[in-house]
Amino acid sequence: MSINIIVCAKQVMDPETPSSAFSVDSDIKQVTPVQGIPPVVNGFCENAVEAALQIREAAGGGTVTVLSVGNEFVMDVMKKPLSMGADSMILIQDQLCENLDALGTVNVLSAAITRAGEFDLILCGQQASDWDNAHVPLGLSETLGIPCLTEAKNIEIGDDSVTVNSSRTDGYEVFEANLPALITVNNEIGEPRYPTLRGIMQASRKTPEILSLSDLGLSEDQMAPAMALSDLYIPVSEAQCEIIEGEDDADSGRLLALKLREAKII
Amino acid sequence: MSEILVLAEIENGTLHSTAGELLAAARKLAAELNLDVSAALFGEITEDITGEVVALGADNVYTASHPKLASNVADAHVAALEQICQQASPTAVLTAKTPLGRVVGPRLAYRMGVGVAQDCMNVTGEKISGKITVTRPVYGGNAMAAFTFTDKNPQFIVVRVKAFEALERDDSRVGRIVELDMDIADDQIKVKLIETVKEESEGVKLEDASVIVSGGRGLGGPEPFSQLEELAKMFNGAVGASRAVCDAGWLDHSYQVGLTGKTVSPDLYITVGISGASQHMAGCSSSKSIVAINKDSEANIFKEASFGVVGDWEKVLPSFTATVQELLSS
Repeated sequence: MSINIIVCAKQVMDPETPSSAFSVDSDIKQVTPVQGIPPVVNGFCENAVEAALQIREAAGGGTVTVLSVGNEFVMDVMKKPLSMGADSMILIQDQLCENLDALGTVNVLSAAITRAGEFDLILCGQQASDWDNAHVPLGLSETLGIPCLTEAKNIEIGDDSVTVNSSRTDGYEVFEANLPALITVNNEIGEPRYPTLRGIMQASRKTPEILSLSDLGLSEDQMAPAMALSDLYIPVSEAQCEIIEGEDDADSGRLLALKLREAKII
Repeated sequence: MSEILVLAEIENGTLHSTAGELLAAARKLAAELNLDVSAALFGEITEDITGEVVALGADNVYTASHPKLASNVADAHVAALEQICQQASPTAVLTAKTPLGRVVGPRLAYRMGVGVAQDCMNVTGEKISGKITVTRPVYGGNAMAAFTFTDKNPQFIVVRVKAFEALERDDSRVGRIVELDMDIADDQIKVKLIETVKEESEGVKLEDASVIVSGGRGLGGPEPFSQLEELAKMFNGAVGASRAVCDAGWLDHSYQVGLTGKTVSPDLYITVGISGASQHMAGCSSSKSIVAINKDSEANIFKEASFGVVGDWEKVLPSFTATVQELLSS
């Protein structure tokens, strides 16, 4: 059996950037990139790459194509899925994508997927760690008119169908759908593998296909945002932490409990 | 008169707690914009449930009991909600950030070609322009963003669980109940629910606990969680964890609190060895009191906590637990 999978992946600011270094420019309503901290492939998108590689391995053949939309890719960063073992990569890189919102992203991804040809499965990270929208994959399934399965923690491919265990607060639900289908994953699907030296060597010989919006036949009005960003700011914490200090750590623990009683918290 | 429509979910035969929260958010918008509030109820609907929805703030209740709506499969709910939107032309549609609501709202928004905002903590209507603005955390909670919808209706808003408090039940309220005959075509249903598997965790559910003791990477391994459990039990509370703990496999992901885990708002949230990354705080920042035990005085958690100890948890926690036990038993 051979299976063709498209994985949507996004380049994002490193979410491990310390909050002390995080700043926004409220005038232009943008997060200011931090010097010296390169972007990364969004964590859940890496989980999606891992899931795709495992499905391809279990099927015994097929392709994993990684697709991304952005205005300025850092090639060393974006090649990570190729180093992990993906077969090919399509990057839609266009200055017009700089402030693309979710609706525009769905339009671009959908056009790129239609152009790429037949596929069995689309895998996406549940949400990206920058804008945390968590609805681009949902919109993509609507635009493409294919089944949508979310928050998968296990994926089994059948003959012409897919069975997914979707995480729920108190367990999971088992869903089945025909292929082609779209599935979202998060960290529960399992840790992404580290690229091997051989993987890195192979990736270095692969060249991502780079397309512009005009290559996809998209016009600027298809990029019109559905909502206007009217404000962007860093929330101010109102909490004033009272640090409890005793003679030693054990004493501090005891005093903390007494303090909570005094404050009528316990 | 146009309206604000909410998707009021039913779970195990009762109204889901988020329904009251959505109705409260909708009443706020309705007052600001001079609109009605309507609720959509799907599945097995009783008079008690419709009555409760009216008492919690709905002026109109649309009910549909199509067999395809019996289980919480998003496909059927998207199709049913679309039919209500076509008939009622609401100004905005509110769904809760539940496994169902966070999928149904956005999917229908894309189907109708209109905007959607996920995980909203506040909603505001501007009387003169009629515009709705939502506030939501972005960049893992490091920043807040306000979005204003364009003129296309309906505007889809996914509301964070527990961001609004349900209004007090007012049984003198009167509402209009509209039973709808839904026509949901077979080809609308692309996903089939095979089975629901419950994994009941022992003791109090994390979301319901009034006291939560959460552990982070700083604990160094799975073993110390038994000490957290011991403390949680004294309060009849529950144990939570940071994402790092769950990703490392020390605890199951059902314990995870945070942006991608559970959102909790206990009276007391005690953290042990948690640095307090925005991603984690996004899931617990609405706790009444946060207490932190961490060895790093620079840790972000001390910016969020009201009381804290800077020290080695292995020494702080046992004496803290022992003193708590004394205080609770005295």
